[in-house]
Amino acid sequence: MTFTLLAEGVVAFLLVAGGMFAFTGSLGMLQFKDFFMRLHGPTKGTTLGIGCMLMASMLYFTVTQREFHVQELLITFFLFLTAPVTGHMLAKTGLHMHLRFITGTRGSLPELRDEDVGQSRVARPAKARHPWRTRRRSRQKPRLPR
Amino acid sequence: MKTLGRLLPTPTLSLVLLVVWLLLVRSIAPGQLILGAFLAVGIPLLTKGFWEPLPQVKHPLKLTWFVLKVLGDIFTANLQVSLLILSPKREPHPGFVEYPLQVKDPLTITMLANTITMTPGTVSTNIRLDRSSLLIHVLDMKDEQTLVREIHERYELPLKEIFEC
Repeated sequence: MTFTLLAEGVVAFLLVAGGMFAFTGSLGMLQFKDFFMRLHGPTKGTTLGIGCMLMASMLYFTVTQREFHVQELLITFFLFLTAPVTGHMLAKTGLHMHLRFITGTRGSLPELRDEDVGQSRVARPAKARHPWRTRRRSRQKPRLPR
Repeated sequence: MKTLGRLLPTPTLSLVLLVVWLLLVRSIAPGQLILGAFLAVGIPLLTKGFWEPLPQVKHPLKLTWFVLKVLGDIFTANLQVSLLILSPKREPHPGFVEYPLQVKDPLTITMLANTITMTPGTVSTNIRLDRSSLLIHVLDMKDEQTLVREIHERYELPLKEIFEC
């Protein structure tokens, strides 16, 4: 009885902690000022958040169903494999698109060779519309590129 | 011994495949073991042509220790980044650092870049085509030299020991 209670407490704690980490990771997207800084939130905050929740899941099902549940480890494993790769691809795309970073970024960006960033500037996608602050603009048909 | 080497060109990969299969089907019944072993031998043989020759893991124990250390670092990294996000007063000073690479093997560089991304306040953004250096974006930079030295001592040297020496 007390054991179940203890396990329940630990599971609850892990769930709350995981939620907090995931939340702060996402909050970083809002808080930080430029693209490269925003990368830091999702690559780190969320991995630990998911990790905590998976641990909670493992513990909960091991205790309640009285058999070992370890397949959640696989999710962690794949997440740790893929998250940094995604981060790297995003960062590299940012470099290719010559995204600006906030003034005060230290350490002069070492000169990027053509092989690093591509020879011509990559076009940016059209700006997304704000979900609710939509100003009525003149309704012209978007001009198609030739 | 030679035939064993030919059948299992990458023992670590085979072991990982077997464990992943057993975890996926959630059983250790003999049938699944045999199927898993079959996959673990078959998949590396089939995909051998695509791989560059993989480095051997020389010190499995050191690898385990390295993984544990990185897990601990991931935890502290999360705490640091969360604190930085949650305290709006503290302005972080981001920066770019060019990190000279000493390891030359593609897999080792990949592991190093991944570890850098997962750990305190750093994301690897670019690697030179000649594999000479890695460009790192740092969230809150205090001193460039200390950072480079820290990464070198904490992550690159152990990786070098595990795979190359």
